[in-house]
Amino acid sequence: MAYIDYYQVLGLKKDATEKDIKSAYRKLARKFHPDLNPNDKEANKKFQEVNEANEVLSDADKRKKYDQYGENWQHADAYEAQQQQGGGRHHSGYSGGGDTGGGFNYENFGEGGDFSDYFQSMFGNMNGGGRGRKAKYRGQDFSSELHLNLLDVTEPQKQTLNVNGKNIRITIPAGVENGQTIKIAGHGGAGSNGGPTGDLLITFVIKDDAKFKRDGHNLHTTVNIDLYTAVLGGEVIAETLTGKVKVPVKAGTQNGAKVKLKGKGMPVYKKENEFGDLYLSYQIEIPTGLTDKQKELFKELQQSAN
Amino acid sequence: MATEDLIEVTVFCTYHQVEYAFITSLEEAGLVHLTFVNQQHFIPQNQLSQLEKMIRLHQELDINIAGIEAIANVLDRLEDLQRQNLNLRNKLRLYETF
Repeated sequence: MAYIDYYQVLGLKKDATEKDIKSAYRKLARKFHPDLNPNDKEANKKFQEVNEANEVLSDADKRKKYDQYGENWQHADAYEAQQQQGGGRHHSGYSGGGDTGGGFNYENFGEGGDFSDYFQSMFGNMNGGGRGRKAKYRGQDFSSELHLNLLDVTEPQKQTLNVNGKNIRITIPAGVENGQTIKIAGHGGAGSNGGPTGDLLITFVIKDDAKFKRDGHNLHTTVNIDLYTAVLGGEVIAETLTGKVKVPVKAGTQNGAKVKLKGKGMPVYKKENEFGDLYLSYQIEIPTGLTDKQKELFKELQQSAN
Repeated sequence: MATEDLIEVTVFCTYHQVEYAFITSLEEAGLVHLTFVNQQHFIPQNQLSQLEKMIRLHQELDINIAGIEAIANVLDRLEDLQRQNLNLRNKLRLYETF
């Protein structure tokens, strides 16, 4: 794990005072707080870093250990005990980022008992210190992406997700959009001091489909028709989400002409039995490899048109 | 509206450790709409997450009612722009390969 310079995270120098730390933390917390930065993963990550940095630097004892031992500060007590017993024989084990066999683990930070004390010291004192209460702190929101194909979202999908070893069964409503986020309340991180659990935010990533392009509830697709059908009219078989349909083609259909198949588009999100439309865009195929006889006939046509 | 969809303001205040007056101030600022049933104020369930967000802004970032009001307006606009941006990006995908 890379060494994290908590002073740098808070934009402070090593000789920063307690007041400087508090002020820098509050400024950055207001900047990166998840409630002020909806759908911004970078800000959420930054907020966590700022919280971690503040937890260490705002606690005199932790700060002292951090200044002395750097990234391995959490093992300071064990190291000091070892030194007292062994006369400092194992000094190399804590010399800063070496093979200490379990240095400071960034991901696990905050799971220890100190985390709530930190929030109490910061938030509790700010708002309720005088009343002697502990501030409740809502757990962190977890964000996740779910990749689906366009055809997957044409009907409700039941999926089982594994979140931190816990299986959650969810039903994805038909018609969810690419980039849409749904919230599963109470499946995020645990709160502090009895605060509520955070939420699980799932963002859908809908892959492009080779056949259909989506525009909200509507779908677009291209259908090839031969020149003769375009000129004289007839029928064409078009693919829809629910199967193939026969579509009449008007005589004199132009290349790029569009036809709307009502109700053959995507299901409308959370509206049962409501569907968008499917737009067919005709692409006329010009015949190639004509026989001499066919060329003659086209010339006759050309002359009759002139 | 069915009463089971409502949360009593006093219960909410006890749980979140906020003053009753703070909720009424939010109501006066038009940031929350309370319902009055049987001589008691209730919070409609659909406003709960917004209200909790405001409580967090107040408790965690020490932001006052005026600040919360300004933030709520800006966040509404931000979320609206994010939605518009998403719709436009999805629309753009339509023309990328066609």
